Amino acid sequence: MSLDRAAVDHVARLARLDLTDAERERMQKELTDILAHAEKIQNLDLGPVPPTSHALALSNVLRPDEARPSLSPEEALANAPDAQDGRFRVPRIIEDA
Amino acid sequence: MDDLIWASATELAEALKEHEVSAVEIAEALIARADEVDPKIHAYLERTDDRARRDARASDARRAAGEAHSAFDGVPLAYKDIFVTRGVTTTCGSKILEGFVPPYDATVVARCEGAGLPMLGKLNMDEFAMGSSTENSAFGATRNPWDLDAVPGGSSGGSVAAVAAGAAPWAWGTDTGGSIRQPASLCGLVGMKPTYGLVSRYGMIAFASSLDQAGPITRTVEDAAALLNLAAGGDEMDSTCLKEPVPNYLEGIDGGIDGMRIGVVTEFQGEGSQPGVRARVDESLRRLEKLGAQLEEVSMPSFEHGISAYYLIAPAECSSNLARYDGVRYGRRAAGADDIVSMTSRTRAEGFGREVKRRIMLGTYALSAGYYDAYYGKAQKVRTLITRDFERAYERVDLIVTPTSPTTAFKLGERTDDPLAMYLSDVFTVPVNLAGNAAISVPCGLSPDDGLPVGLQIIARSLDEKTMFRAAYAFEQDLGFDERPQL
Repeated sequence: MSLDRAAVDHVARLARLDLTDAERERMQKELTDILAHAEKIQNLDLGPVPPTSHALALSNVLRPDEARPSLSPEEALANAPDAQDGRFRVPRIIEDA
Repeated sequence: MDDLIWASATELAEALKEHEVSAVEIAEALIARADEVDPKIHAYLERTDDRARRDARASDARRAAGEAHSAFDGVPLAYKDIFVTRGVTTTCGSKILEGFVPPYDATVVARCEGAGLPMLGKLNMDEFAMGSSTENSAFGATRNPWDLDAVPGGSSGGSVAAVAAGAAPWAWGTDTGGSIRQPASLCGLVGMKPTYGLVSRYGMIAFASSLDQAGPITRTVEDAAALLNLAAGGDEMDSTCLKEPVPNYLEGIDGGIDGMRIGVVTEFQGEGSQPGVRARVDESLRRLEKLGAQLEEVSMPSFEHGISAYYLIAPAECSSNLARYDGVRYGRRAAGADDIVSMTSRTRAEGFGREVKRRIMLGTYALSAGYYDAYYGKAQKVRTLITRDFERAYERVDLIVTPTSPTTAFKLGERTDDPLAMYLSDVFTVPVNLAGNAAISVPCGLSPDDGLPVGLQIIARSLDEKTMFRAAYAFEQDLGFDERPQL
């Protein structure tokens, strides 16, 4: 299985990674090598084997829905690259009509 | 002062109890040692000397008043920089978190603070724990105290280097595919990965959540059991943390291994390990027999697919976990972008290093439409087969032993351009994380090839840490490994 450049571009976009041309080229080669190693398990006949997503068979761990102390807005915003009026500030998301 | 640097945590606790030494004297000795050796090994990312002194003074006051919080009150500790620490910079070895000052403590940190352990600082690591050499730290590699041109292993490389060099008596690390056991092996230390879910992951920066576990890095097996005692057990802040009551891991640790059945993995015999590693491990098997254990061969046919499965599952989970680094709420943000997608994409391109980008790409690909079944789905099924291999083996044996790492410490730069070769460092450790079992690496001597430490891995079924500790302790006491790096 070799990964073509279009696939690298597509995955980089999905992963929100603005890679340079040199990085894309290297990534194409390295991912192809790693996937070739994974080829062996692709060829295994695993039909009836159930998948394991987690080592523990836990589901729906719940606690009572009650209000508790949590971080203050000041603490929550203290590490923000940009904040204003008690909110995280980001570049424009919605374009002008 | 030499005694304070090389004493085990248990010995320090004993000396504090007998008032032979103060917590302040211990802290000062370790701070002075770190001043001396850390410029050579770069184990620490952040030293918290003032805090350690302050914590130690408070500990001495508590002890004088007869109010020590635990037997280890006043014995200092250092943390891999993956644990968030309130008010102390935490970067996880990444530029994307440069300058991040967490507003809360990880549960592991909170419990150790509660037990009165002064904090020495935060330890270097591969960025986001992705690596087997600590060369992937954005802040420079850590060096192996046994050979300054060699890697300490990884990803908990700073933790092992500090403990091996006498700059911390013990430390916390984390292990997703071997990141405690492999570096402990490469630096001649004890490193233990608990059963998945035994120690809370709250405040431990996530890499691959179904595999990540925190564990102790120590000089003795007894210390590992003692440190686990301080932090193990249910935590309502981590829904995957087991709620069962935890035993005292020190109790019965000296019970010996007479009559214990120990499995030797057929597929891991012979080829695949350096001759020096094989020699020490074979010798260790004979030692276990001498101590009364019955060795039995166990076949683990699916282990050969462990690396392939792991390097699909872990990147898939990491690509999802690391989506949170978007330049909005904390950490770095790229300057000058005028829309949100380019801001995020440029922030991540600037903030993440090569290995992290590689794994995010690999994981995103393995999870993407059209490839999910072929890669991630298959890997999850292989995970089932590996778990079944273990279950079958435990019908016949109590424990399973393997080398911890196929090689001793390799040279800096030797594997950085060959990611696959680096991944193969984890061949013996990865199956344990996939199955969620417990395992420990104990020193089994120096390799006759290069004079560097070799580790023996002892694997136990989930929640059978006590049997594992008993075997590790018996082995350690009989071997009497007391070599130290010359720094």
